[in-house]
Amino acid sequence: MSPVLTDLTAAEIRRRVASREASCEELIRAHLDRLAAVEPAIGALLVTLEDRALDRARAQDRALAAGAEAGPLAGVPVVVKDLLNITGLATTCGSRILEGYRPPFTATAVARLEDAGAIVIGKANMDEFAMGSSTERSGFRPTRNPWDPTRVPGGSSGGSAAAVAAHMAPMALGSDTGGSIRQPAAFCGVVGLKPSYGRVSRYGLVAFASSLDQVGPLARTVDDIARVATVLCGQDPRDSTSAALDVPDFAAAVAREPEGLRIGVPWAVLEGVETETLARFREALGSLEAAGASVVEVELPHLPHAVATYYIVATAEASSNLARYDGVRYGHRAPGIIDLEEMYGRTRDEGFGPEVKRRVILGTFVLSSGYYDAYYLRAQKVRTLIRRDFERAFESCDAVATPTTPTAAFRMGEKTADPLQMYLEDIFTVPANLAGIPGLSLPCGLAGGLPVGLQLLGRPFDEETLLHCGAVFQRVTRHHELTPPEPSSTGQQA
Amino acid sequence: MTVAEQSFSGLLAEYEPVIGLEVHAQLLTRTKLFCSCPNRFGDPPNTNVCPVCLGLPGALPVLSREAVSLAMRAALATHCTVQEESIWARKNYFYPDLPKGYQISQYEKPLALEGWVEIPGEGGGTRRVRLQRIHMEEDAGKLLHEGFPWSAEKSGVDFNRGGVPLIEMVTHPDLRGPEDAFEYLSALKAILLYIEASDCNMEEGSLRCDANVSVRRRGAEAYGTRTEIKNLNSFRHVARALEHEIARQVAVIESGGEVVQETRLWNADRGETASMRSKEEAHDYRYFPEPDLPPLRVTAEWTEEVQHSLPELPPERRRRFTEEHGLPDYDAGVLTQSRAVADYFESVARETGDAKAASNWVMNDVLRKLKEDDADIAECRVTPESLGRLVKLIEGGTISGKIAKDVFEKMWTSGEGPQAIVEREGLVQLSDEDALQATVAEVLEASPDQVAAYRGGKKAAIGWFVGQVMKKTGGKANPRVVNTLLKKALDS
Repeated sequence: MSPVLTDLTAAEIRRRVASREASCEELIRAHLDRLAAVEPAIGALLVTLEDRALDRARAQDRALAAGAEAGPLAGVPVVVKDLLNITGLATTCGSRILEGYRPPFTATAVARLEDAGAIVIGKANMDEFAMGSSTERSGFRPTRNPWDPTRVPGGSSGGSAAAVAAHMAPMALGSDTGGSIRQPAAFCGVVGLKPSYGRVSRYGLVAFASSLDQVGPLARTVDDIARVATVLCGQDPRDSTSAALDVPDFAAAVAREPEGLRIGVPWAVLEGVETETLARFREALGSLEAAGASVVEVELPHLPHAVATYYIVATAEASSNLARYDGVRYGHRAPGIIDLEEMYGRTRDEGFGPEVKRRVILGTFVLSSGYYDAYYLRAQKVRTLIRRDFERAFESCDAVATPTTPTAAFRMGEKTADPLQMYLEDIFTVPANLAGIPGLSLPCGLAGGLPVGLQLLGRPFDEETLLHCGAVFQRVTRHHELTPPEPSSTGQQA
Repeated sequence: MTVAEQSFSGLLAEYEPVIGLEVHAQLLTRTKLFCSCPNRFGDPPNTNVCPVCLGLPGALPVLSREAVSLAMRAALATHCTVQEESIWARKNYFYPDLPKGYQISQYEKPLALEGWVEIPGEGGGTRRVRLQRIHMEEDAGKLLHEGFPWSAEKSGVDFNRGGVPLIEMVTHPDLRGPEDAFEYLSALKAILLYIEASDCNMEEGSLRCDANVSVRRRGAEAYGTRTEIKNLNSFRHVARALEHEIARQVAVIESGGEVVQETRLWNADRGETASMRSKEEAHDYRYFPEPDLPPLRVTAEWTEEVQHSLPELPPERRRRFTEEHGLPDYDAGVLTQSRAVADYFESVARETGDAKAASNWVMNDVLRKLKEDDADIAECRVTPESLGRLVKLIEGGTISGKIAKDVFEKMWTSGEGPQAIVEREGLVQLSDEDALQATVAEVLEASPDQVAAYRGGKKAAIGWFVGQVMKKTGGKANPRVVNTLLKKALDS
């Protein structure tokens, strides 16, 4: 067993805490020290919650000493994407417009983790309001990829993925509207799960696109993902879109053998994938086959329309969801203006970044009278077709596999000038959000020295099969054990 | 008839108004539509608020079944068909009283479709005003422009009303004048009160009305261009505003102009409507299905359950009052305006067995006193049982009708039963002939001139004698007995 506490999995941390081999305080301190050392070079967090985390660690240690039972995530440090509310703590969504806003309630997802003994050590950087694929669209600063500081960590949950990859924490919470957990997980070489729509409560998750958003975990092993998912999932009476379904013990699924697993691959849509990335994907399929799974070809004929569909549905909902940031009640308000319309305009102009403005304008347009049918309604119809594509595919397989992204992490600044190029990053990830199905991204090796991901998509509410498949993959490969170079070797970045 | 009224009826001879009304009614729920904050009027600003009704980032709506049930009551009571599936939609616009920047409403698939409300028709009959739809939505907050130390510089917003459940009831263009509109609103209000769906308090804004108005030449088939009139916050204003708007539109047409499709605001102080925004300036609300709420599904069982829980409604009750109790239609109409009044009347009628007497007492005395006191029948201290006993005391000859009015006044203030008052104050009517004989003799003896006049043929003087006897007995003498005794004495 590695002597370095920050290399431990969540499962091992919990074991040590439960057996009193290590105290929560000791574990939290180790991660806070690690964070202090590597964070300046990466910039994964918007805020470190040192005092709060240590207070909670000590409180948990006292409770354990007094005989309390250790929760399923006892003592596990966790980083939370900064669009999940925590009572009294600034929640910025990576935006200037939420300047000074402190929510009076905690997101259900965070509350469930904390109730299970997890300790939040920081809030992670992100593209503003989760709109972006590189974390360069944060209203505060970009986050760097721990594998190469000149490259992006992906986005929008780039801070969460980078923090896990750099061992600041063994797990993190992100949100995924079109790939925002899976794509940064792939770019940073960690595991990311987007649960089925309705699996995890959205209460307290600041909305980007309500019909697509899901909260999900990032970690370094599938086993840890399974443990945290068991805690995270389940119906919440405060979210009317959360599903009234029982949550299986995902950790049990992880232990099963792969017999009979059928993996479907939509070869026809993988044309544009970069050569090395495609090679890692083929090798990953080979590993699964070697472990006993079978690989079949499936068709997803409407997949080429997914990105366009996504950018209509998501921006339409976003234009409405972001209307509340108007300077009237909280957050930024442009000062010294008497006229109401002008106050709205100036506040939003000053508070929102260019990508958010672009999407709000696009969304407003697709919903406007005379265009609604041609865009929004049509997009909803295509969405139904994409859902049906998957239903048909799952008649002949248990999980659909694709590379998570067409390439490994791109360079900072490489795609910021060309939003369309940036949007195409999402080609393999957005279909899962449109169809409401679960998606898991697993590290499957390096392409050009950078991690790339294997994505597995499952039937609605069948996270179990994905975790089972992912665990099998991690039993037969060692990609998840690869770690990025220490930041000191690449030098501290400005 | 005033000059204005004359000219209005004059223009109605040539032009026919076509009116449709949109009525918003706040539902009498315990909580708001999408959160558990109390739905209560009059509390200090921003005390009944939470993350959900303040639209804080990350908060989500959870539908109140209670509100849906009340809306279904309103739908079924107006003969609408409750839809198995209705869809929540976002209506997007910016305003400081709208915390999310959108209102959760229903648009393409509302809760209920196609019903009607009965209003009085020509020749004592009834007529149906058809309803197009009823949909549910949340109310907005309220801007506070005055009454605060800082009101000179800025306005505040009170979100207590934000998220309160509303139903919007939209008629077809079936109304043909201000009179119709008044009748429709009265009938609708009576129904909503009966089923306890809304308190319909226009002053507190729990009932609000917008009107779509156009005019056309009598005999024409096509509708004229319509305007929408907003801010009609009392029944009287609705009638006045419609009258004004109809006259305005006719004047525009008569002078060779064209009515412009627009939204106009009623200004009650100036007694006129003024243009608020044109068709071109109309908001594009960018409605789309609310992704935070699944479609509302109403099972047949739920509809049936609500249907069975409905009380007898005003039109049926009115008919029954005329048929079963033999009341004049006018009485039946007045008594069935409110369910509590109708219940009260029926209790009194049951107690006395004399529906007409009960109706007279309730209409002339109880309702008059309530109006004087500006009180509700629920606060009335005279129970229907004791009013019934009072009526029986008259009918049994124990007290006179005149004394009964005094007793009623005392009952009204003290809440005592009639028996106790009559006994304590010695108000029992004197019907005993022997006891009254002496007083009659006294009166005749003291008034020889009047006796002579009567006997000389001035028979009408009998009333004066009765009055004298009543005066001497403090009003307690039974006038019928006195009359008989006097006649016997004078005519002998």
